[in-house]
Amino acid sequence: MSSLAKAIATGDLTQLPSRRDEDWRWTDLRGLLRTLPPKPDHAEVTTEGPFAALGGDVFLVPNGFVEGFTHIEGGPDNPVAQLRFVAAEAGSIATTVLVAVRSGQTLTLLESYEAQADGAVSDIALDIQVAEGGRLERIVLAADRAESVTVSTAAVTLAPGASYAQTILTSGARRQRIETRVSHPGQGASVRLDGAYLLHEQRHADTTSVVTHSGLGGVTSQLTKGVVEGQARGVFQGRIVVERGADQTDARMGHHALILSDKAEIDAKPELLIFADDVQCAHGNTVGALDENALFYARQRGMPFEVARAMLTQAFVGEVVDRIEHEGAREIAAAWVAEQLGRGQ
Amino acid sequence: MNSMLSITNLHATVADKPILQGLTLDVPAGEVHAIMGPNGAGKSTLGYVLTGRPGYEVTGGTATLDGEDLFALDPNERAAKGMFLSFQYPLEIPGVPALTFIRTALNAQRKARGEDEISAPAFLKLARETAASLKIDFDMLKRALNVGFSGGEKKRMEIFQMAMLSPRFLILDETDSGLDIDALRIVSEGVNAMRSPDRAMLVITHYQRLLDYIKPDRVHVLSAGRIVASGGPELALELEREGYDKYAQVAA
Repeated sequence: MSSLAKAIATGDLTQLPSRRDEDWRWTDLRGLLRTLPPKPDHAEVTTEGPFAALGGDVFLVPNGFVEGFTHIEGGPDNPVAQLRFVAAEAGSIATTVLVAVRSGQTLTLLESYEAQADGAVSDIALDIQVAEGGRLERIVLAADRAESVTVSTAAVTLAPGASYAQTILTSGARRQRIETRVSHPGQGASVRLDGAYLLHEQRHADTTSVVTHSGLGGVTSQLTKGVVEGQARGVFQGRIVVERGADQTDARMGHHALILSDKAEIDAKPELLIFADDVQCAHGNTVGALDENALFYARQRGMPFEVARAMLTQAFVGEVVDRIEHEGAREIAAAWVAEQLGRGQ
Repeated sequence: MNSMLSITNLHATVADKPILQGLTLDVPAGEVHAIMGPNGAGKSTLGYVLTGRPGYEVTGGTATLDGEDLFALDPNERAAKGMFLSFQYPLEIPGVPALTFIRTALNAQRKARGEDEISAPAFLKLARETAASLKIDFDMLKRALNVGFSGGEKKRMEIFQMAMLSPRFLILDETDSGLDIDALRIVSEGVNAMRSPDRAMLVITHYQRLLDYIKPDRVHVLSAGRIVASGGPELALELEREGYDKYAQVAA
């Protein structure tokens, strides 16, 4: 149970993580939340989610009430599941969803956080299990509001030969953390962990991940890109652990961010903790401004500043979008990126 | 004689260092003028100042295109008025296919001029015809602009953009550098195809070789930030024979 979930369950605010907790120092909740709003009642959801056009079964979690299902599972023909966490009203929500992809099954999980009212404090926990030979692609679109507080924690357990791919797309919130913890057994299992955070005004988004390689020959490929403007703050914490004996692990982590204003901020902490000898691990981390020369080149060809900037930032984020395997989800992600980055025009 | 581009007593600095120091030049419509000069004379600076590159500060003088003050306009506004700079070192734009880049630029220019956007079929037809005339593989236009292209391919892509955007005033900055003889011929044919009575060009080059292919009406020698000599095409041949030494002394 996350510390926010504990605080919601007990009403004890001292359970909240603060900046004194090393893993939460850039996402302080204790200093932010002086009270927790009461749990909201069940709400009817009449809107469509961002992935409605892609069909599949819809799993609704309005105001934290898991509605009419016990867990989500895969199938033989790559079914699509829309998992919608809808905060319809103000209130504190703590909820848990189980996703189990059994041996040989596949699943495309399209997960959305839809805040429809200010004042929601949400703790979302996912327990994700992918059995031997199973494949799961999870796309998370976090559409919180400027005043939302959201903590989402996915604990992902993979069996040998399992494949797990994830892309988090977020426009941030008042305070938002989307965390993924992967237990990686190697032995043919592969992981892709991607993300894009596009933040403006005073929004905050924290993408945290821990991948623990415990077996031979595991593959992890990680790419997160961020664009921050206004007074926004992007946080990236990526930790890859290669345990003793997890030889021939191949793990690569990239985090690259663009800062488009003087007051925006990026805090990044990539970590490789390697206790095996024969491994290939690398990380790259860059934070910078848009290339002035490319900007002038585009303007010389006739593009106004805002058009050139939107084109170049979209291209920057595009690499993350292109890695989404599900075609329909990729198109929705591309449209989302264009919408977020076109905001300034 | 009515000049299309008219530059009078232009002074400009880069990082507070004076580069252009009283440059005066008139290029009438329909003419091709060459700017030659030693390294460091201010040739590339002239191209950047006319197109509004940040960091190139105008400290005196004027430049007009069709009588309109260029320095009052943003770089993209100058482009919409017809200014085009073929870069000596074209930029790589990862993630943006060449066709997307050019269509975005073309439509931005059209919008600025109050024209409708070009339709997708009309744009593709124009792109196919133009690519064929410049011997550019159409598939290359679907790749990220200039990323992984050779020097010659980048220069050819500059000419392709120029042909697609159909500017009124062309500045070619060292377009011959990095080109082998076949690429030089193709690029020159592309440039020559754009010569017309209502268009003018400024060809910036260090060597005379390019001027065998793109025949100038006038040749100017730029040294220490000023035009120190002007003449017909024969001046380029003289420079090739005798070098820039005597003009360096004039400027000093």
